Amino acid sequence: MAEGARSAAGFGERGSILPLRVEGLGYRARGEWLLRDVSFTLRAGGIAVLLGPNGAGKSLTLRLCHGMLRPSGGLVSWNGPPAEVRGRQAMVFQRPRVLRRSVRANLAFALRARRVPRALRDARTREALAVTGLDALEHRPAHRLSEGERHRLALARAFVVEPEVVFLDEPTASLDPAATAALEGAIRRVAADGTKVILSTHDLGQARRLADEVLFFHRGRLLEKTPAESFFRGPRTPEARAFLKGELLA
Amino acid sequence: MSEFQDAFVQAARLLGRADPELLEIIALSLRVSLTALVLACAVGLPMGAALGVFRFPGRRAAVTLLNALMGLPPVVLGLALYLVLSRSGPLGFLGLLFTPTAMILAQWLLVIPIVAALTRQVVEDLHEEWEEEFRSLGAGRLRSLFELLYEARFQLATATLAGFGRAIAEVGAVLIVGGNIAHVTRVMTTAIAMETNKGELSLALALGIVLVALSFLINAGLVAVQELGRVARG
Ligand SMILES: Nc1ncnc2c1ncn2[C@@H]1O[C@H](COP(=O)(O)OP(=O)(O)OP(=O)(O)O)[C@@H](O)[C@H]1O
Ligand SMILES: [Mg+2]
Repeated sequence: MAEGARSAAGFGERGSILPLRVEGLGYRARGEWLLRDVSFTLRAGGIAVLLGPNGAGKSLTLRLCHGMLRPSGGLVSWNGPPAEVRGRQAMVFQRPRVLRRSVRANLAFALRARRVPRALRDARTREALAVTGLDALEHRPAHRLSEGERHRLALARAFVVEPEVVFLDEPTASLDPAATAALEGAIRRVAADGTKVILSTHDLGQARRLADEVLFFHRGRLLEKTPAESFFRGPRTPEARAFLKGELLA
Repeated sequence: MSEFQDAFVQAARLLGRADPELLEIIALSLRVSLTALVLACAVGLPMGAALGVFRFPGRRAAVTLLNALMGLPPVVLGLALYLVLSRSGPLGFLGLLFTPTAMILAQWLLVIPIVAALTRQVVEDLHEEWEEEFRSLGAGRLRSLFELLYEARFQLATATLAGFGRAIAEVGAVLIVGGNIAHVTRVMTTAIAMETNKGELSLALALGIVLVALSFLINAGLVAVQELGRVARG
């Protein structure tokens, strides 16, 4: 990828929106606290993985950080004016939508929405297609894509706007091992190019393969935040130990 | 029974030799209804999409009203419009009563709720699915609205054809504000009603055949559009 051009002409001069600071974050729906007192800081570089069983609060946390939901308590702060920061992030939702148009038109839509200058669009599109391995499917109607291809398109749509931070909510759930490997490859490449990847998964294998840092969630609480290596070597909490053994129920 | 057969033979003859009076009536029907449809879409599509995408106080009431208006009896609308357009009415000075323009106006008002209500439904459902994606990408409401209109284009074509169906088949309103004047405001439905009353079954029947054929065509069009949509979205 032409990442040199990106950092020179892109985000560098504007400064980074990182670190992301989350303090005492809580989210309540219908009188019930679904997320409680979550605090962490994420700095530039590397892949942060939100790990935890179903219903632990991973998706909620991602959506709160991306500004899709308003916190019921605590705060999410970025380095920059709130109105601007989302424009430098992208998110792949757990159930991504695609427009009933070609793969290419789906990317064009994202570029239009983000007001990316016309002159840059073609190169960006080619790059995003290449990194997600979709070059050959460029003209396919997005609705005819297989599940795995559709997830890759969602990923391409996030990458095409060249975000500084990308949130990926279980990007490989329901994909076969080959598609998963392909997608993880794409994620690693983007991270290596300097995009901060914040990803949720309940797949231990994926966390091992991708994570530089692990945030372990359980029942709406953040129980651990540690470098991946130490998390897998010796988790501190009994919940995390049980989860690693495949014994923890949601 | 033989009278009936007679009428059929006559009708076939009228159609066969492309009777000028018959053609005139058909042409006016199409002109009035198509014009009304185009104008109704110009209002109804954006109105429906806006109701589907924007949130504002009174929106619920507007949606309810719109749905209710879909079933508005044409005669009632015709009467109301008659009162407005009649010489002593507020718009009487325009002199529109008993002109094709008045008929277009009537059908326009009848078709807007259909197009708008169906559009609202489709766009609102889509918007619910897309809301977060749009927000994430920073697409504003207006851009979202246009993207969704395009996204729903096949369903919207269906709504449009449904609107045309209502316009072309409608008789009460155009009769009241048009007056069924020969060579001026006589359309298929009003001609059928009058000729039948007079006992002139042949012209009525010929027009009836054309009207039925048209509605078949519309339905075939609907099916074709839906088929196209299925193919396009795979
Ligand atoms: N709007 C809401 N109203 C009520 N409950 C909600 C709402 N959103 C989320 N929840 C609940 O909050 C909990 C956490 O949800 P979340 O989607 O964050 O879980 P998750 O960790 O992403 O799980 P999964 O691995 O299954 O995706 C779940 O029990 C969910 O049912
Ligand atoms: Mg989730």
